[in-house]
Formats: sequence, C-alpha cells, structure tokens
Amino acid sequence: MRLLLFTFATALLGGELRFALHQEPKTTDPLLMADESAEAIGYLTDGVLIRINRLTQRPEADLAMSWKVAKDGTKITFQLRQGVKFPDGSAFTAEDVVKTFHRLLDPTLHSPIADTFKTEKGSVKVSAQGPFAVVAEFPAPTASIESIFDQVAIGSGLGPFLVAERKSGVSIVLKKNPSYWKKPLPLVDTIRIDIEQNRDIELVRFRRGEIHLIDKLTPDLYERLAQDAPGTAVDAGPTLDSEFLWFNQAKRAPIPEPTKEWFRSTAFRHAISQAIQRADLCRVVYRGHATPAAGPVAPSNKLWFKEGMAPEAFDPAAAARLLAGDGFRLEKGVLRDRSGNAVEFSIITNAGNKTRERMAVMIQEDLTKLGIKINIVTLDFPSLLERMTRTLNYEACLLGLTNVNPDPSELMNVLLSSASNHPWNPSQKTPETAWEAEIDRLMLAQAATADHRARKKSFDRVQEILREQEPVVYLLHPNALSAVSKQVTGVKPTAFFPRTFWDAEHLSTTPKPAGGG
Amino acid sequence: MIRALAIGFLIAVLLAALLPARYEKQFRDSPNAGPSRQFPLGTDDLGRDRLSRLIYGTRVSLLLATAAALLSCAVAAALGGIAGLGIADTVIVGAADLFLSLPWLFLLLMVRACLPLNVSPMVSVTITFLLLGALGWAAPARVVRAAVRKLSVSDFMLQARATGCPQWRLLWRHLMPNAMPILLAQLWITIPAYVLAESTLGMLGLGVMEPLPSWGNLLRELEGGGIAGHPWLLAPVLLLAAVVGSFQAVVEREDYSV
Repeated sequence: MRLLLFTFATALLGGELRFALHQEPKTTDPLLMADESAEAIGYLTDGVLIRINRLTQRPEADLAMSWKVAKDGTKITFQLRQGVKFPDGSAFTAEDVVKTFHRLLDPTLHSPIADTFKTEKGSVKVSAQGPFAVVAEFPAPTASIESIFDQVAIGSGLGPFLVAERKSGVSIVLKKNPSYWKKPLPLVDTIRIDIEQNRDIELVRFRRGEIHLIDKLTPDLYERLAQDAPGTAVDAGPTLDSEFLWFNQAKRAPIPEPTKEWFRSTAFRHAISQAIQRADLCRVVYRGHATPAAGPVAPSNKLWFKEGMAPEAFDPAAAARLLAGDGFRLEKGVLRDRSGNAVEFSIITNAGNKTRERMAVMIQEDLTKLGIKINIVTLDFPSLLERMTRTLNYEACLLGLTNVNPDPSELMNVLLSSASNHPWNPSQKTPETAWEAEIDRLMLAQAATADHRARKKSFDRVQEILREQEPVVYLLHPNALSAVSKQVTGVKPTAFFPRTFWDAEHLSTTPKPAGGG
Repeated sequence: MIRALAIGFLIAVLLAALLPARYEKQFRDSPNAGPSRQFPLGTDDLGRDRLSRLIYGTRVSLLLATAAALLSCAVAAALGGIAGLGIADTVIVGAADLFLSLPWLFLLLMVRACLPLNVSPMVSVTITFLLLGALGWAAPARVVRAAVRKLSVSDFMLQARATGCPQWRLLWRHLMPNAMPILLAQLWITIPAYVLAESTLGMLGLGVMEPLPSWGNLLRELEGGGIAGHPWLLAPVLLLAAVVGSFQAVVEREDYSV
C-alpha cells in the first residue's frame, strides 16, 4: 500500500530538473568518455555493474545484484540482475558485459578507462558463466576491485534516463527511462541540460530560477551567491581534485632547447614550487575554500594521503639559492641561465576560467620576484587540448584534475609514463627517466595486490618521488562548492563528481517560489 | 578631433605617474576593497588598484584601437581608391565581400591559437589589434570606393581634366582632398568599433593578456552582475560609453558631404 501511494505521488510530481554543462560532450561512446560533460551524461544514462555511492563512498549494487571477490584478490564474480531490459526490449545478459569489456580492452579503441584494468602482468579477462553471471579474472591480485567497475558503462540505455533530444551546442534533454530496472522510476520526467560556457551567465540563470543546480561553483560566485541568496550556496568540504602547474618535458616538444633544459632541472622545478605562495592562492583566489597541496592526494583522502607530507613552504630565498646552485644568476632583475638566456616562459590555461587566470597572475607576480618572466596565454579548450596532447607546442600549463575515486588506481591514466594523459611527457614508449620507471613500477605493483599495507607502501613512495622530482607543482585542493535551488528537493551535495545530481532519480522539483533562487 | 584624442591620451599617461601603485601590483591583503584614499576606485579581486588599471587600460585601448583603425582605413583608402578609379574593381569588391562575410570573432580565435605563445602581453595585444585592423578594411573600402567613383565623374573633375590637368595632380589636388572627409568619418566610426571588439575579446578571456589592463578585461569584472552596492565597478563602462559617444558626436557634428 505504501509503495502504491509512493508510486502515485511520484506520478504526480513529474517536473523537469535543469542544470548546465560548461561544454558540449566530446563523445557519446561511454568507453571513450574523458571529459566531464560526457561523464555527466554517461552517469545519468548508462548502467554500471557497481556504483560508488558518492555520499558514503561505498560500492553499491547496480546492474550486478551481488558480487564476490576471491580471497586472493584475483577474481570477482558478479551475479547480474535479472529482468533488466534495454530500451528496445532486449534483455540484459552476461554477454553484454563480456562484449563491453572486450571492446574496452581492445587496444585499437584507445579507451582512457582501459588503463585502470591493466597491471604489470597483463589485463583483466572477463567471461560469462551462464546468462547472469560474469567472472572478471585479473592476472595478479588487484586492489579495490569493486570500485573500478564504477567507471565502465555497460551498453547504453540501462541508466535512469535516456537521451531524448540533443541540440548541438545548445542543450541535451534526457527523459525518464521507462524500462529502468530500479523502481520507483526517477521522480522527474525530464532533465534539461543546457550548454553554457559562461559561469556568470549560469549564475544569473540560477538566480532567475531557469536552472536548478550548479554542480561546480567558482569561489567568487559562491561568495556572491552566499551573500545574495543564503541557503542556496553549498560548501561540501574538501574535494579530491587538485590544481597544478607542470612543465613540458617531452623531448619531441617544439620548444627552445634552453627552455627544455630548465624544465628538466629538478632544482629549477623545486625553486618554482618554493616561490609560489600557495596560501595566498587559497586565500585570495579561492576565498579560503581550498587547501594548499603537497601532492596529487588531498589530505581529505585519509586512506591514501602520505602522513607528514606538507605543502612546499613558501621560501623565495631558498628558491633563489637553489637556482644559483643550478647555474642561474640574477642580472639587473632578470634571471639568466648558464648560457646567458633570460628565463622567460609562457603558461597556458583555458580561457574563460577566471579562477585559473587569477592563479596564473598570482604565480606570475611570485615568479617575477625571482627574475623570471611569465607570459600568460589563455586558449579556448580545443586549442589547449591540441597543444597538450598532440602538438606538445607549449611550455608550461596550469590545469586541474577531477578525482572521483579516492583509490590510487584512479591516477593510473595520469601517472603511468605510457598514458596519453601523463601531463609532463605523455605516451612514452619506455620511461625516459629512472624515477618515472620507478613510478610506473610502483603504480602497477599497487594495482596488482589486494594487500592494503603493501599498496599503501607503494603509493606512499610514489607520492615521495613526485615530491622529490616535482614534475608537477601541485598548488591546491579546492573545496566542493555548489548551488542548489530551493525548487529542488532531495539534493545531498557531496565532494565527489557529480556533486549535486549523483542520485538524480531521487530528486524532485517544485514550482518556483516567490523571490526566485 | 586628433588633438582631443592626443590630449586624452596624454592625460592618461600623465595621470599614471601620479598614481599610488603600478597597475600590476597586487595588494594581497586588500582584495576586493572598496574605494579609499589609497585606492580611489577600490581594488580588484587580486588586490590591484582599479584606478591605476583603468588609466593604464585607457592608454592601451585608445592607442591600439586608434592604430588598428588607422591601419584599416589606410588599406581601405588604397584599395577603395583603386577600385573607385575602375582598376581591379571586381577583384577588390569581391575581396571586400569575402572579408565582410568572414565570422571575424572565430577567425580571431583561430589566429590567436596559432600565434606563438611566448610573447609579452604588449606584443600579443599589438598583434590582436593589427589583426583587427587588417581584417576590418572591407567596410570602409566600400564606402571609399563609392565616394571615389562619384567624385571621379563630378563636374570639377571633368573641368580639371578638360583643362589638361595631369593624372597625378587630379588625384593629389582634386580627388584626395575631397575623399578625405569620408575617410576621416570612417576612422572615427572604426575606432570605437575596435575598442568594443577588444572589449568583446576581453569578455571572452581572449583579449589583452594579463597583467596588462584594457577596457576589455576591466569590463570582465561586471560579468554576472555584482554591481549592486559596488557602483565604482561601472567606471570602465562610463569611460567606454563616454569615448564611444564622443566619437559618434564628432561624426554627427562634422559635415563630410561631398
């Protein structure tokens, strides 16, 4: 009776949830999704075997009704949910899972997710055991096996919503999936996702009540919203995300040789790191809603953060000493290398991201005190990606990384030297430095054991190496700032992507109250 | 008008010497401060003095917009004049039509993405304005062409030809002085257009590079509102409106009829 009443109430609620994405999803293929927009759409429309609950951080049954991990951590057996149907009426079976994994691990697909399923001893093998059982066998004991399956979408159309309409560059409309396995069905009938690059306009539209959620709010907009519409701005605490600066160390990069030489110098990288006032970046740019970073792992990730790692202390005098020890000299306010070249380089970042632009300007002023001239170049995102991943025609880059999963395996596609997203020198055939080889070995080793202590030891060492070498100058970990309209009920903001619509099927909307917001 | 422009620019240069801080200096303990004796227009979100940035930005925007307008008007005068005299008319008119049909904003974004990265903000902004100037010749060229065509068959030109006036003298003494007011009118129209174009690029984060100020990047502070209770944020808008309005007033007041 209670269920009947609830279903009836749900049918009455209906409504439309509205929010915006900052860019058009680059792909609709769930196995090739690498950008946040595509991942957001995928999260709402695709089914996975196991879903990580964004609030509890625990794995929950999704398309797999239950699962069992072998004691040695080399095998996971999934019992699939029966009666699940694709929108065309066909039944979901173990064959769909097997096909998905075969395609995912096909090297010609170049799936960014595939790296997570690689270990130093090979890749995972997935096979069906009957129509509703799947076994995934790993060549070596594998850590937190369950959590990595959250990333793999099994086919399309098994999620709570379906894509109903797509207007390129304008909007994507999702409708409730009538064949969604979980009952009751989502409370809202549709989700309208507008493509809105400009965050200020996004805020204006939020205030007008045109959109209900802002998943990521910049610190200045958060402060403004907190003043103007108290109760709608939410700080869900520190995220696992990081903002960082790296230097292009790729041999094939078409940048001047002296510049490459500076970037390959550990002393130079340390000096830059010591000259940047991270506390000021947090206080001025993030209005206090960020924590200075010591490495890729945020201190809020208590399970994996290496105890005792503190952010590099701001010490311009020590930075100057390091540079002097490496052959640099200061002449009339200009830092010069051994050959007399003035130290000047450009930092690229994505245009329109005011937070990063401000950080770049502050870094520029900090480094000016060392006699280093920085030119800030903001590029539209496609041009930025082109330079970062294909032409490698840039010197330094300021960007951020969004982490959902606290597990170190999440960083495989960034830290492995062979990864295309390895920031400072991507897609290396063999590691070009001994310390990168060591990171590769440790990352693969930690992925190949279920023993937490052994994994922690390996990953602690990775954090130490990253700190010793500083190929990436980690700057800060921002807090999760979001906006939630009073028109939406059921939102439980978290620090993990997607922050506000991770349980979209439980959200409902009410008519706009007087006063908007 | 040129005198007024020069005086305005000179005032901006002289005022900069009297300012309490350089435009790029960050007072990190006073971000987003309201107006005070030290910072008459307050500080921006990095603690930089807004007045210094406004005055320096005025220099950048006015100087470079004028330079870009001069460039496009020079090209327009040359090509429009030649076409008006009937030389390569079809080619020049076709080229003008092509340039007018180009989506200049996307073209600028594309060109900006192809430029070398490691250039100083001043060089970068100069290139941007040169591009604006190089791309903006088509509209004034069509006006100049029409004027030259009309002038070349006017009575005084026929009379001059009839008296045996040589070709160079026809151009130098009769055609150019009469076409000049039209060209000047185009210049006054083009300068504010380029100021606004730079502002548009600045609003997209693709205009003048930090830390160099310009009206464009100063106007970015107004994105998404926030003016309520902070009226001093409107200073760049007022200045931009005053300058653009002044140019329009000059065009209206002066008689450029041929």
